[in-house]
Amino acid sequence: MSVGAWHAFWLVVRRELCLSFRRPEQLLQPLVFFLIVTTLFPLGLNLQLSLLRDMAPGVLWVAALLASLLSLDSLFKSDADDGTLEQLALSGQSLLLIVTAKTCAHWLVTGVALVLVSPLVAIALNIPGFAFATMMASLTMGTLTLSWLGAIGAGLTIGLRRSNVLLSLIVLPLAMPLLIFGAAATDRAISQIGAAGALYFLAALCVFTCTLAPFAAGAALRITLE
Amino acid sequence: MWTWFYKLASPPYVYAAAARLAPWFLASAALTIGYGLIDGLAFAPPDYQQGDAFRIIYVHAPGAWMSTFIYTTMAVAGAIGLIWRIKMGHAVAAACAPIGASFTLLALATGSLWGKPMWGTYWAWDPRLTSELILLFLYFGVMSLRSAFEDAAQGDRAAALLAVVGVVNVPIIHYSVVWWNSLHQGATVAKLGKPAIELSMLWPLLSMILGFMLFFGAVLCMRLQGEVLNRERQAAWVRDAVKSREAVKS
Repeated sequence: MSVGAWHAFWLVVRRELCLSFRRPEQLLQPLVFFLIVTTLFPLGLNLQLSLLRDMAPGVLWVAALLASLLSLDSLFKSDADDGTLEQLALSGQSLLLIVTAKTCAHWLVTGVALVLVSPLVAIALNIPGFAFATMMASLTMGTLTLSWLGAIGAGLTIGLRRSNVLLSLIVLPLAMPLLIFGAAATDRAISQIGAAGALYFLAALCVFTCTLAPFAAGAALRITLE
Repeated sequence: MWTWFYKLASPPYVYAAAARLAPWFLASAALTIGYGLIDGLAFAPPDYQQGDAFRIIYVHAPGAWMSTFIYTTMAVAGAIGLIWRIKMGHAVAAACAPIGASFTLLALATGSLWGKPMWGTYWAWDPRLTSELILLFLYFGVMSLRSAFEDAAQGDRAAALLAVVGVVNVPIIHYSVVWWNSLHQGATVAKLGKPAIELSMLWPLLSMILGFMLFFGAVLCMRLQGEVLNRERQAAWVRDAVKSREAVKS
């Protein structure tokens, strides 16, 4: 039975979402990690509230980066272990489509969830309410870009033992510009100087990555599935 | 006309060519670096603001230039290996990575040594510096990804893809001083029109850049020989070459 491209796309997305909602603890772990890391910073630094506000964007973004890195492991690994990924690759649908579907699903369960939790963290970090919109916009674009960068890294490290450290070594350098602009946008929103410039840069990075990364991630899967 | 190009895909030919070229590269690198160092360190006039401290530019700028140049070479060689499945492309990419990482480290080290007296700090989170640091991490990532695979051919292809993805960082490094109003100074040599540097300072700098390129060529040729031998260790021509060398020795 042949399936149209869009239909196949939705089937893969639905399957991914079903799988992650059936294992809620796996879904929650990156979020809990995000919360713990952001609360560790103020505890470890013993800061005054005003200083905390200066540090908040950096802390928030580094924690988001690490949390999303932590969840990348599940992107291809379990499917590669039980052979599902190979079956998907053999299904006759293009690898590009499958990678796109899997990455979108991954972003929906990790990135979007992170964005939704971020106001809670922001209050804890003493980020003023008027900066929430910019912060959440920047995190939305940032997590989407990260999911794509992570898809490349996860695709390249399928089947490697102890791939976690290697994955961070690959993904973190590529994510550094993201961190710079994301934290800058949040920082500028807090100090109420125009955050538009940094947001535009972030949007450009996001569009650039979303356009080209699918091809790279598809090529990475083709290499490692051989 | 294209036979020389096809020959580049053949390991014995590449091995022989690298062995032949290496001494020439090395000799010309010694000449140009020697001239650049002597003229740059002893005879070029001191800078009106920085005094003699500016002379570190004769090592720093060529090193920084090489760090991006070698990365691009590595990515192009990797892409050639990836697209046309030419094994020698991967061999060149594998030989490039450690050299490029060394040059990046050199640029970072000399830059921070110069930064201490000039900017008052060894390290500033400046776009140019940060993107150069990212480049170093990219080199590390490419090298460790290559060695993480048990199947060497798979590792080659994975590392090549990562190198190609990382190429986006090269224009960022180059334009970082233009896009952001950075602490690092802008381009003085490579711009249209008259260079913003005194000619007596420029000649040794250009000579050093040329010398570093030639030095890279020499080291690449040497490393490439090792790479080719290691990759082709099961091949008949390698055994023959080893045998004939042993026969010469005894």
